[in-house]
Amino acid sequence: MSHRVLVAKVGLDGHDRGIKVVARILRDAGFEVVYTGLFQTPDTVAAAAVDEDVDVVGLSMLSGAHMALAPKVVAKLRERGVDIPVVVGGIIPAKDVDKLKAAGVSEVLTPGATPDDVVAIIRRAIDASATAK
Amino acid sequence: MADKNGKTPAGNTGETPRQKWQKAFDASRTRDADFTTMSGIPLDPVYGPDDAEYPGQYPYTRGPHASMYRSKLWTMRMFAGFGTAEDTNHRFKEIIRAGGDGLSTAFDMPTLLGLDSDDPMSEGEVGRCGVAVDTLADMEDLYADLDLSQITTSMTINSPAAVIFAMFVAQAEKRGISRAALGGTLQNDILKEYQAQKEFIFPPRQAMRLVRDTIEFATREMPKWNSISISGYHIREAGATAAEELAFTIANGFAYVELGKQAGLPVDDFAPRLSFFFNAHIDFFEEIAKYRAARRIWARWMKERYGAKSEKSMMLRFHTQTAGVSLTAQQPEINIVRTAIEALAGVLGGTQSLHTNSMDEALALPTEKAARIALRTQQIIAHETNVAHVADPLGGSWYVEALTDEMEKRAEEIFALLDEMGEGSILEGVIRGIEENWFQKRIADSAYELEKKMGSKRRTMVGVNRFTEGNEEDELEILEITSADEERQLKRLDLIRAQRDEKKVAAVLAKLAEQAADDSVNLMPTLIEAAREYATLGEIMSSMLGVFGRHVEVPSI
Repeated sequence: MSHRVLVAKVGLDGHDRGIKVVARILRDAGFEVVYTGLFQTPDTVAAAAVDEDVDVVGLSMLSGAHMALAPKVVAKLRERGVDIPVVVGGIIPAKDVDKLKAAGVSEVLTPGATPDDVVAIIRRAIDASATAK
Repeated sequence: MADKNGKTPAGNTGETPRQKWQKAFDASRTRDADFTTMSGIPLDPVYGPDDAEYPGQYPYTRGPHASMYRSKLWTMRMFAGFGTAEDTNHRFKEIIRAGGDGLSTAFDMPTLLGLDSDDPMSEGEVGRCGVAVDTLADMEDLYADLDLSQITTSMTINSPAAVIFAMFVAQAEKRGISRAALGGTLQNDILKEYQAQKEFIFPPRQAMRLVRDTIEFATREMPKWNSISISGYHIREAGATAAEELAFTIANGFAYVELGKQAGLPVDDFAPRLSFFFNAHIDFFEEIAKYRAARRIWARWMKERYGAKSEKSMMLRFHTQTAGVSLTAQQPEINIVRTAIEALAGVLGGTQSLHTNSMDEALALPTEKAARIALRTQQIIAHETNVAHVADPLGGSWYVEALTDEMEKRAEEIFALLDEMGEGSILEGVIRGIEENWFQKRIADSAYELEKKMGSKRRTMVGVNRFTEGNEEDELEILEITSADEERQLKRLDLIRAQRDEKKVAAVLAKLAEQAADDSVNLMPTLIEAAREYATLGEIMSSMLGVFGRHVEVPSI
């Protein structure tokens, strides 16, 4: 059975080139991909992840609001009693990577990741989460 | 006027295009510079055979003016904005001190989406990607001490453009600068928001009503103001090819012309104040061909399809920004080189103004040092290389001319398609293309094609898929926007709300909602009134949202 991925844009950031490219990369690699559309809140993303019964959530963030918003998505998922891994991709300064991970984000994809990197990191996030369970 | 073979029709004055150009050149001002090579060879302002097309001659392939950079170099317009209005005002003054001669304002995401800084959706975004503007008070701080009758100002704002424009006019008038004296540009290009940049609020038709109102207002009251900057930049950044950037942007331009004509404005009254904004990507000659083709297409369509009589309506003038998307987070210093090459393409293509990106673009907003290096890059091109001595230096190159023709041909194919989609109206074709996700899908397709080429290394990106040694070195120092900026802005907004006359604010907002419901009313005067009462951006937008409704994009991958 193929894995299901929710890719989401949360907050006001409208840059959707990256997320659409990532969605297509994952689809071509055999994932079932669901895209939320723009301007979501942490709560609507968590709700969609549960409703769609996905294995992983990918957030694309290019405006600098990742520290404010990504941990909230993790928290909202936990509030709903699920442990779906969250991967953040976008313009993320190196110094924020560990902070995001400390806040419960599984993996961080930074600019320059190749299609193979994207697929490998999403798989790693899903596998790590499955092992933890 | 030359025909397509470049020959002068009989029965004219008998002057060759070269002689006509010479007359126009002689009538224009020449800036003070040494127009020779480093060996001392004197340079003509332009080269070509007697019967060629010359700069300043229809269809303006070689440039809108006879003298081009001999009269005036391009405006070095650096885009800046972060934190509070005071922070950005400080950066503006730095830019002017460093020799920049135009300002370009970047607003933060909440402002771009018409939200106040204290809106729950704004959390974490205040002052981060640009400057936060909530009320007229922020606008006053933003341009404090800058001579707005001398320095032209560009404002990158779209969905709430009419409101920000109203605040800009109100702050200038409060300082005693008349609206007619204001020179600058409002981006105000809503169509590309749906297609590419995705900062939309109202549905397309309602949003176009506001664009109509700003065009009308500027046409009547602000002769030095560019009411729209029709922008391919974001279309390209979102993934379009150069040919698509060219075609979609110019098609949007046609749509605004049709909008103005539908509003009853004579085309020659408003078309001269439409300006363009293109990307300068790394494929050097293709970019130059794109700019040349853009001028030629615009001139032909304005004359033949839209009945323009004034040459100014046919001359495409444009701003250029180097391609943010071409820059890398890896080895960021090499971005200086990419930016220099891209900027050179813009200059050889005859741009009227230019923003050069900073090397840290892929990491964060620019530090002062990175922004200064970017400006210095333009100054080297302008003052050291001598490339500005001769207009359209690549005109007549078999390669560049062939590429220019090919760009034009590809764009024409897209115009034909949009014309068909709109049943004889480009405006309708563009709106339909937006509503049916046609543009969005085509742009995403092109982005994915490029990504696949990068993945398979058929296209090289230095530091990303090849030549990666050195990627692990220490990162640049980057600009930090802290949550302290957000807190300062929130306090400021509280203070303004506490000081204003709430009754007057409520009254003007009610009047605005009433007028919004009547399509025949121009909303600009009431928007200016609302700005003067310190109504917030969010309040003004809400009052229109109640009437116009909100646009929701159907998500597609």
